[in-house]
Amino acid sequence: MEAIQVETLTKKFGGFTAVDGITFSVPSGELFGLLGPNGAGKTTTINMLSTLLKPTSGQARVAGFDIARERNNVRKSIGIVFQEPALDGKLTGRENLEFHAMMYNLDRETRRRRIAEVLSLVELTDKAKVLVEKYSGGMKRRLEIARGLIQRPTVLFLDEPTLGLDAQTRRHIWDYIRKLNKETGVSIILTTHYMEEADYLCSRIAIMDAGKFVTLDAPARLKDALGGDVVALEMEGRPEVMMSQVEKLSWVKRAKLHGKSLSLTMEKGERRIPELITLAQKNEMTVTCVTLHKPSLEDVFLYFTGKTIREEEGSGGAWGRPGMSPHGGRR
Amino acid sequence: MMIHTAAVYVLWAREMKRFIRAKSRIVGALATPLFFLAFLGLGFNRMAVPGMRAGVDYIHFLVPGILGMSLLFSSTFSGMSVLWDREFGFLKEIMVTPVNRFSIVIGRIAGGATTAIIQGLMLIIIAVIIGFKIPSVPAFFLALLFMLLITTTFIGLGLIFASIMRDMQGFGLVMNFVMFPMFFLSGAMYPLKNLPLVIRVLSFIDPLSYGVDGLRGALIGMSAFSILIDLAAMLGWSLIMVFMGAWLFEKSESV
Repeated sequence: MEAIQVETLTKKFGGFTAVDGITFSVPSGELFGLLGPNGAGKTTTINMLSTLLKPTSGQARVAGFDIARERNNVRKSIGIVFQEPALDGKLTGRENLEFHAMMYNLDRETRRRRIAEVLSLVELTDKAKVLVEKYSGGMKRRLEIARGLIQRPTVLFLDEPTLGLDAQTRRHIWDYIRKLNKETGVSIILTTHYMEEADYLCSRIAIMDAGKFVTLDAPARLKDALGGDVVALEMEGRPEVMMSQVEKLSWVKRAKLHGKSLSLTMEKGERRIPELITLAQKNEMTVTCVTLHKPSLEDVFLYFTGKTIREEEGSGGAWGRPGMSPHGGRR
Repeated sequence: MMIHTAAVYVLWAREMKRFIRAKSRIVGALATPLFFLAFLGLGFNRMAVPGMRAGVDYIHFLVPGILGMSLLFSSTFSGMSVLWDREFGFLKEIMVTPVNRFSIVIGRIAGGATTAIIQGLMLIIIAVIIGFKIPSVPAFFLALLFMLLITTTFIGLGLIFASIMRDMQGFGLVMNFVMFPMFFLSGAMYPLKNLPLVIRVLSFIDPLSYGVDGLRGALIGMSAFSILIDLAAMLGWSLIMVFMGAWLFEKSESV
C-alpha cells in the first residue's frame, strides 16, 4: 500500500503560492525526505498532509485516507513532530504524553505501557516528572518524537526534527529515526534543509524550491546525475599533452584544463587515480597534487536550482510559513 | 455529534493543573475584584446611591456586581487563551488529534468554567468574612447556576475573539472597547435606572446585565428584572455564544 499519494497539491495564501502543484507518492515503510531551503513549502506540505491546513486545490491520500474528506481517519493514522515545539511547558514530560494518549482515547493500561516504552526509547524516563519548561532544546525534541509514537502511527511526519540542535544530539536523533523506521516499519516523511541529514537518513529525496519539486530520486542517483566524481590533477610539464591523452579515454566524461590543473569528471574516481598517474608518467610528467571530490547533495541542489541552499536562505527566508507568529518567545 | 469524554476530561484536567500551578495568576485574578470591592464599597457605603432599595447597604449591592465582573474577565481570558496555545504551538498538538472540534470546545469550556467559578467562590467566601450574608442554601445554588451561565457565555465570547484574531495584538482593543463597556453597562456598580435611556438600551443587549441582575436577585433579593427573565436571557446568550464560538473555532485555521 502507498503511505502517501499526492496529486497536484496546491496551497495559496492570498496571492502567494506556497505549494505549487506537487505530485508524488511514498510507498509504505519508506523514509522519504523533503529537502529545500526555508520557505520552499515543506512545512505547508506537511500541514496539509496532516489536516492542519486545507489545500487550495489538488488532492492527497495519507495511509489510504483522503486528507479533505476523511480527516478523522487521517488523524488517527498519523504522528507528527512539528518544526516548532508544541509542548505545554507548565506540564511535566509525563503529563504531556498522558495528555496526548488520552486525546487518542487509549485505555489506562495501554497508556501506562506505551508511555513507559516511548520514554525509555528517548531516554527521558528519569526526567518524566520535570516540568517541560525546564527541559533543554534536545530533551524537548526527544519528548516530541516520543509523543508522536504513542498512538503507533502508520505514517510519521518529522518537520525539521533536528533544527537548532547541537551535532551530538542531532546524531542521536538520526539514529533513533533510522532505528524506528527499521524496527517498526513506520513510514516516515521528513523535511530538512540539512543536506547531510537527508543524505544520511532518506532512501528517496525530493528537492523542493519555491513550492515545486525540482527533482525526486535516491540520494546516490541524484549525485550520479552530476556525472560522477571530479578528479583534479596538478602537474609539472606540459598539461596540454596530458589533456589530449585523457580525452581519448572512454571513462572520462568531461575534461577541463585551468592552467596547470586538469579537472576530470568520471565515475569511481578513486579507482582511476593510479591509472591517471601512470599515464602522466608515460608522458614524462610529474603529478604534484591529486584531489578527489565526491559530489554532495549540496552540488545536486546547485545543479538543479542554480543556487546554493545558503544563498536561498539569505533571500527568501521569512516566506512560506504565514502561520508563524511574529513574536519569538517560546516556552 | 459524538463527544469524546476522555478528551474533554484531559482538556479539563490540563486547565486544572495549569491553574493550580500558577499561584500568582490566582492571586492576580482575585486582587482586582477585591480592590474594587474594598475601595468602592468603603468609599460609597455612606453615600445615598439613587435607586437603591431602603435597607440595602451599598457594599451588599456591590458584591454580586463584582462577582459578575470577576467572572466576565476570567472567562473571556480563558476563552481567549486559545490564542496563547496558538502562539506556543500547543494548539497544533490539540488540532492534529482525532478529537472532534466540538469536544475540544466543550473541554475548554469545562476547564475555564471550573477555574472561573472557583475564583468566584473564593470571592464569595471573602465577602462573607467581611459581613456579606447569603440568604439560604437554594439562593446559593441559584447564584451558582447564574455563575455557570455567565462563565459559559463569556468563554464563548472569548473563543469568538480568539477565532477571528490571529494573535494577541488585538487584546487591548477587546479589553477597552468590549469588556470594560460591558462591565460598566451591566449595572455591576450602580443601579441602571439612573442611566440615560440611550445607554440603558445598550445595557439591555449586554449579557452581563442579566447575569449581574440574576446574581443580585438570588443573593440579596433585589433585581431590576424578574429572575425568570434573567435566567432565560442568560440561557439564550450562553447558547448563542457557545455555538458561535464553536462554529468560528471549527472554521479557523490552526497554524
